[in-house]
Parts: sequence; structure tokens; C-alpha cells
Amino acid sequence: MTTEVVKEVHLRDSSLPDNELHAVLARTWATPRGLIGWLSVVDHKVVGIRYFITAMVFLAAAGLLAVAMRLQLARPENGVLGPDLYDQVFTMHGTTMMFLFGVPVMEAFMVYLVPLMVGTRNIAFPRLNSFSYYMYLVGGVMLWIAFAFNTGADAGWFSYVPLAGPEYAPGKRVDFWAQMVTFTEIAALSVAIEIIATIFKQRAPGMRLDRIPLFVWAALVTSFVIVFGMPSVMVSSTMLILDRLVSTQFFNPAEGGDALLWQHLFWFFGHPEVYIIFLPATGFISAIIPTFARRPMFGYLPLVLALIATGFLSFGLWVHHMFAAGIPALGSSFFTASSMMIAIPTGVQIFCWIATLWLGRPVFATPLLFTIAFIVTFVIGGLTGVMVASVPIDLQVHDTYFVVAHFHYVLVGGAVFPLIAAIYYWFPKATGRMMSERLGRWNFWLAFIGFNAAFFPMHILGLNGMPRRIYTYPLESGWGSMNFFVSASAVVLAASFVILAWNIIYSIRKGEPAGPNPWNAGTLEWTTTSPPQDYNFARIPVVGASDPLWTAGGLAEAHGLKVESRELVVTTTAEAQPDLRESSPVPSIWPFLAAVTASATLIGSIFTPWAVVWGAVPVGVTLIGWFWPKSVPEDEE
Amino acid sequence: MKGDLDLSKLQTHGFGPRTTMFWGTLAFITLEGTAFALAIGTYLYLMSINPQWPLGAPPPGLLPGSIITFVMLASVVPNHFLKNWAREENLPLVRAGLVLMSMLGIFILVIRGFEFPQLKVSWDTNAYGSILWFLLGLHTVHLLTDVADTIVLTALMFTRHATGKRFSDTEDNGVYWDFVVLSWMPIYVLLYWVPRW
Repeated sequence: MTTEVVKEVHLRDSSLPDNELHAVLARTWATPRGLIGWLSVVDHKVVGIRYFITAMVFLAAAGLLAVAMRLQLARPENGVLGPDLYDQVFTMHGTTMMFLFGVPVMEAFMVYLVPLMVGTRNIAFPRLNSFSYYMYLVGGVMLWIAFAFNTGADAGWFSYVPLAGPEYAPGKRVDFWAQMVTFTEIAALSVAIEIIATIFKQRAPGMRLDRIPLFVWAALVTSFVIVFGMPSVMVSSTMLILDRLVSTQFFNPAEGGDALLWQHLFWFFGHPEVYIIFLPATGFISAIIPTFARRPMFGYLPLVLALIATGFLSFGLWVHHMFAAGIPALGSSFFTASSMMIAIPTGVQIFCWIATLWLGRPVFATPLLFTIAFIVTFVIGGLTGVMVASVPIDLQVHDTYFVVAHFHYVLVGGAVFPLIAAIYYWFPKATGRMMSERLGRWNFWLAFIGFNAAFFPMHILGLNGMPRRIYTYPLESGWGSMNFFVSASAVVLAASFVILAWNIIYSIRKGEPAGPNPWNAGTLEWTTTSPPQDYNFARIPVVGASDPLWTAGGLAEAHGLKVESRELVVTTTAEAQPDLRESSPVPSIWPFLAAVTASATLIGSIFTPWAVVWGAVPVGVTLIGWFWPKSVPEDEE
Repeated sequence: MKGDLDLSKLQTHGFGPRTTMFWGTLAFITLEGTAFALAIGTYLYLMSINPQWPLGAPPPGLLPGSIITFVMLASVVPNHFLKNWAREENLPLVRAGLVLMSMLGIFILVIRGFEFPQLKVSWDTNAYGSILWFLLGLHTVHLLTDVADTIVLTALMFTRHATGKRFSDTEDNGVYWDFVVLSWMPIYVLLYWVPRW
């Protein structure tokens, strides 16, 4: 065989000049056009952006429900929403925020950023990624269509039995809720597995464990928390559906079942869920702070250990949601102690961030402003968290607005503010354009002031005895004026999101061109073009430090991958030594078809158990179609 | 540039922890193992709050469940050889091993059909019946998925696609079968022997 022929069979990146390499890679990694091409997409960036847009639409929808609730509560004995609709509205608000916005929006960032940050060309299992998105989309849309037909979930975002059981919740409202859980957990578990495999095996050569960017560490720990936490809600929501559909007796005390069993299983998921949302947010912060403090992160190792410790401890806290349910005193003491203990790793993180800012030369751009908003707000939420971790206080404020204030401080302060910071920070990478700083500052001040004005008074309302989840309250309660202030402030907070939306839409078309690294940041995603090409990196970077772009002398490169078929370098798990060249799957319509058949089966099973039996056949057929090798080089290796 | 790396000599498929698919399989096993652990925990929880156990029913009949346990344990041996043959990329033996494992899987599924009536309680009778059917159902779903997967893989290995990383897939499929066997053991003890203590 002559050299010429070898070159033709195995064209490599090393044998091509830059411009030819770009052309060949662009052809190999392109997403096909047309409707089928659009549905077949496996590019992690496209799927990540779809996750993001969908999650933001759900944020807007759930935000509007919050505005509706505040309208109703603005004055005593108001009549905007009746009790039945109010039950649906607060349940839909919480459910949407947790399951359809909070977790998926973090998945969006993990799916988009992790492959770029570890220097690979696509996520591991990209077809599973595509499948997961469709499952999430269908699950969310299904819940909202049901709501539009007055069948919205109405038993709270944690659907306690017996209220959510067959006896007290006839109709299909709770069934749609429980099945939405199945959809979104399938999606989240799939993403978690992709992220774990990507981080373990697809890191750029040289990216040892101690050189992994902190956001990627956060994504890894989050993924493990998903893997161990989410099965619990799938088990419990399946039991709930079975109790309602085929009369199993899991939660029926009259037949040997138990209502607290639901609470245990739900919170064994539900508490880690909070960290599934919060840990990626800490990852955002750890990516943003070094860039804007203009120095490497202070305390890389303690930060990694804090992330891992938080992941472990998040599974030892669930009973603190059940202090008012009558559990043994020893149990209460144990879970009080463990709940307070989780403040330690979180404290470590916060001190490392402050130290980095202290030692650096901070540039107060919008991402850093929201980072500071996060630190302030989250610390307040953390302090009330330590308060409610104590049983006597918890028993006093349980189910009052104090708790509503607490968890909005940790969730909005701990996750939404970092999220907005992350949007401003990575928007230039994803779109190639900068967001407006002027609008960013308006966004920041309205959000920070609006949020605190809306939620701080709720602490006082709660201490004054106002229960959560009531659709109205009497004039004599004296809660009217403070509620009016809260509602007015909620409008300010809502306005900040309108500005954010406007800034995004405006900047996509009119923003200043960004270039590859507008913030002069140190991690790998900033070495490629903005937006990145379909293949992410023309030449695979070789990493020699934890902030590789800040290292003098520039990045070394790896050569020798095939370019006419999709190929990745697989590295060893700890040291990231190059080990294999594996092919990466090409676009395929089968994940979409599998999502269609799986969705039809799951929705059918809300109405009849036979849907599972009959649905198994088309699901099986589409899965075989998905996995059966096709006549493409990627499948014939 | 200094420090540049040449990847062209690397292999295009490997086995076990070297591959991405192995870690994906392991992660699936971990999450499904967690689901099993939680279902088992639910059984023990319900047992602990009910003074009488089993609740309003005799203990399940032993025969089909015990046959399955025996066959499953025995299947670990050919499964072990199959994984080795896959690593050696020995196509004739891999084919034979996959055919055998498919047949064993189908046999176990047929016996499983006789196992459900032997529970001697309906899922809607009480919480005891519910968790019995849930545990057996959960395991059956895994069994069914893995047997179907094994049959498809067997068919695949008789086509021109039986190359390179399909051997690695065969090994991962064997790892998953070990998980299906392993996860059955505590369930077998729970379902059949705990009510007899």
C-alpha cells in the first residue's frame, strides 16, 4: 500500500493545514439540515441550548404564576384566585421551578460547558443526550397542558399522601404530576451518566484530576448526587401512581401501608435535589470569581473537597423536612447535627471565594455583581437554614412564610443569582456577542433590591404566624400592609427578569462582537471560537495547568485523530493519559423516535396499566433501531 | 509546538474501565442498584411497622423462585467465560456463549411467569402484597431488558457488524448480567425466607 492510499483511508488532522482541517472537520461534524436533521441532532451545544431555552420558558411561566399568587395575596380577602385554582397555581409554581427549571437549567449548562471545558469534541453518549431532552420537553409540556385543562397538579410540589392519594385526590391531577416526575428523572439521570462518562474518559490529555476546572468538579459531584438521589423519587412516584391506578396499598395505613413512607422516600430525593441545583451554581461562582478577580482560585483543593463533602452530606439531611411529622427524638437530634454540619463545607467554599476576591484585582462586571448578590443572599438563607435545622425553632415556623422566605433565599440567592451571572459570563461564548453591561446593571439592581424587598418581610410574616399555602387571609390578621409591600416588590423582581430577557434578545442581534476570550479567562472553553464550531476544537489541546490559558507559552496540541469520521481521544481516568481513539456517534433520528414511543407509553399509563404492556413493543423496536449499527465509518470501527 | 502529542498509534477500541461505555454501564448499574436498595428498604420499613408479617397471607411458594436462583447462580460461570472470550475477540466462542446466555435468559423469564402466582397474595390486598409485586416486578423489568439486549447482541454478532467494539459491548453486557444476578439474591432472601423466620 502506498503512502498516498493510507492518507486517503485515514486522513488525520496532523496531515492537514489549518484551513483544510477546518473544512474537513466542519463536514464531518455537521448537523444535517431539514426537519429530520433538526430532530436528529447530537451536538451537545445544540442540545444544551435547547435545554436552556426550554428551561427559561418554564421559568417565565412559573414566574407568572408567582405574580398571580402575589396579586391574590396583595390584600386580605382578595378574590383574584379561588382556593382550587390557587392550589393548582402554587403547586405548578413549585413543581415547575424545581423539576422543569431548576434542575434542567443546570443540566443545560453542564451539557453545554463540560465537553468544552474538558477539551473534547462531543459529550459521551450524545444520542442519549438528545433522547433526554425530548423526554424532558414532553414531560414538562404534558404537565402544563393538563394545567390548561384544569387538571393541574394541586397537592404541593412534594405531593404528600394521603392528600395526593386515591382517596383525597380523585381525578388525574396528581397522576400527571407523578408521571412528569418520571419524564424529568429519566432526562436528569441520562444527563448525569453522560457527564460522569465525559469527565472520566474524555478529558483532554494532561488534564489530571487536580487540573479539572472547578465547574467540572461541581458537575461531576452533581451527577453523582443525581445518580444516587433521583431513583428515590422514581420509586416513590411509581408507588404513588400504582396506589392510584391499580390500588396497591403502599401509602394506605388501613392496609399495612404508611403515609410517612412517602415523606422518607420523597425527601431522600428532595433534599439532595436542592444540592443538585446548588452545586452547579457554586461551580459557576468558582469559574467566574478567578476571571474577574484576575488571579487563580484561592484554595482549589479545599473547594474540591467541600464539593464532595457537600455531595455526601446532602444524603444525611432528609429527615429535617419531617421534624413536625412526629419522629423519634434520637432521629431529630441526629438530623439536626447533620443539617448543621453541611454549613461547614459551604462555609469553606464561601471563605475561599472571598479570599480570592480579596487577593485579586476585582473587575466589577455584571457576572461579578451577581456573584456578590449570591454571596450576600445565600449567607442569609444559610443562616435561617441553621435556624430551622433546630427542632424547637422548626416546630414553631414549620409551614409558615418563614420557611418560604428561607428556601427562596437559598434557591434564588444560591442558584438563580449565580445562574444569571453565568448567563452574562458564557453568553459571549455561546453567541459570539457581548450582553449589554448597562442593561446588566439595571438587571442587577432591580433583581437584588426586588428580591430582598419581596422575600425578607416573609420572615417576619412567618414569625407573625402567617401559614404558607393559604389562598387568602382575614383583614384582622394585620398581615395586609406587609403583604402589599411584598407584592409590590415582587413586581420589581419580575421587571428585572424582563430586562434580562430583553438583554438576551437584544444582544443576540446587536451585541458587541466577543472574540474567543472576551474576559481573558483561563479555562479551555475560551480557547476556541465564539460560538464554537460544530467540532469544538480543531486541534485537541494538551493541558499542563489548572488554568491552561493563563500559562506562559500557550497550549500544546495533540495530533493524529481521524478527520473524515467522528473520532475522540479517550484518556485514563485519573492521569488523563491518551489511551484510545473512540468514534463518536453520528446524528440519528432514532433517539427522537424512542422518545416518542416512550412518551406515548408513559402518558398512556396515566389512564390504563395496559399501556405499559402494549407500549413495550414500539419502545423495544425504536431502541433496537437506535443501537443497531449503520453503514457509517463510526459504527464499523 | 513543544509538548505536542501523537495520538495516531492509539487503539480504536478497548475493554473494561478503559472505555467510555464501561463507565456508562457502571453508572446505570449504580442508579438501578440504588432503586433496588430503596425498594428493599421499603420492604424492611413496612415489615418494621407491621406487627404481623407476612400480612394476611401465607409465605410465598418456594419452587419457581428457588429454581431461578439456582439457574442464575449457575449462569455466572458461562457468563464469566463469555466475558473472557469477548476480550480475546474469539468470534465463534462469543457466538456460542451469547446463544447459551440468551437461552438461559429466556428459560429464567419463563419460570418467572410461574413465580408471580406463587407469591400467594395480590398486589392490591395489602402493603405486603404491594411491595412483593413491586420488588418482583422491578427485578423482572431488569431481567427482561437484559435478555432482550442479549438476544439483539447475539443476532448482531452473526452479522458483518461483529467487529471491534462489539466485543467490548459483549463484555459490558456480561457485566450487566452479573448485576441482574447479584441484585436478585437479597430479593430472593427477602421474598421467600424472611417471611419464614
